[in-house]
Amino acid sequence: MRGVFCILLCWLAGNALSRLTGGYVSGNIVGMVLLFAALSLRWVEAETVRPAARFLLESMALFFVPYGVGLIDSYHVILDNLWAIVVASILSVVAVLCVTGHTFQYINRKQSKKQ
Amino acid sequence: MNGFLASDLFLLTLTLALFCLGGAIYRRTRLALLHPVLLTFVAVIVFLKAAGIPYVRYREATQLLDFALGMSVVALGYLLYEQVERLRRNLWPVTLATLAGCATGVLSVVHIAKLFGTERAILHSIAPKSVTVPIAVSISEPLGGNVAVTSVVVFCVGIFGSIFGEWILRRGGVTDPEARGFALGAAAHGIGTARAIEIGVVEGAFSGLAMALMGLATALAVPLMEKYLY
Repeated sequence: MRGVFCILLCWLAGNALSRLTGGYVSGNIVGMVLLFAALSLRWVEAETVRPAARFLLESMALFFVPYGVGLIDSYHVILDNLWAIVVASILSVVAVLCVTGHTFQYINRKQSKKQ
Repeated sequence: MNGFLASDLFLLTLTLALFCLGGAIYRRTRLALLHPVLLTFVAVIVFLKAAGIPYVRYREATQLLDFALGMSVVALGYLLYEQVERLRRNLWPVTLATLAGCATGVLSVVHIAKLFGTERAILHSIAPKSVTVPIAVSISEPLGGNVAVTSVVVFCVGIFGSIFGEWILRRGGVTDPEARGFALGAAAHGIGTARAIEIGVVEGAFSGLAMALMGLATALAVPLMEKYLY
């Protein structure tokens, strides 16, 4: 239960910070950074958070089912823009794969050569 | 009867039942296109249509899942912490690859879609298409994007990346295991990471790291890019 508490507390603090900064980034994302910081600074032990975090991460796919079911009302939005969405997404995935892969590989090799 | 079928408890139980069933079918067939989540989307939609239950009612009934989704974004902080050693040892490649991937991911999808004359609400919905669904939804919703479109597009992107990612990387000349894992996580988030874990331990770890960092970088960058770059 303490793990759940830590996660909720980080989320709550994240929401508060998000409001103070005019909602630039949503509270749960700030909460993610806060949880990472709390773990890194050893304010909480990893073992405390692990069971709750593992459960949430493993079941994440279930949690967004209600959003996807939203297609029932907005499928026409996708159909109206089908080609734009399909072409843009596929090209973009190829671009992201190649750009991140090559950036990582290039810098990593350069660094290992130096050492 | 309809009151029972439209009750919170029934709809929640049904969703979980279909999700577990989808998982069982997926494990049997091993077809990436029959992903349990995709099967659940379709099965729930068919059920709601058949029973004449409006989507609004379903959303109300499954608010618990919404709340858990918010919590799971916070839990990504734990995932990031687990990889903190790898992050420290590979600080430069990781940082620069994340920034490059984030900029490429958002700007390419938005500008290509713009060529088709797509309206702004759709651009907002698909801008975070390379990051994990809960974060993508948290990015597109405040901007006025359509979260149903976001979750489905992001999801399909993940499936596409997990099926063709390795082949694209090989053709593209990315051969180091660390770089391959990182690219899979950056382009295809959780689903790409699941695939990377099957390929190998190093690939899987870097993929998880990429997923968490891409989510964070994109969440920070999209509101700015939205103002100045598209």
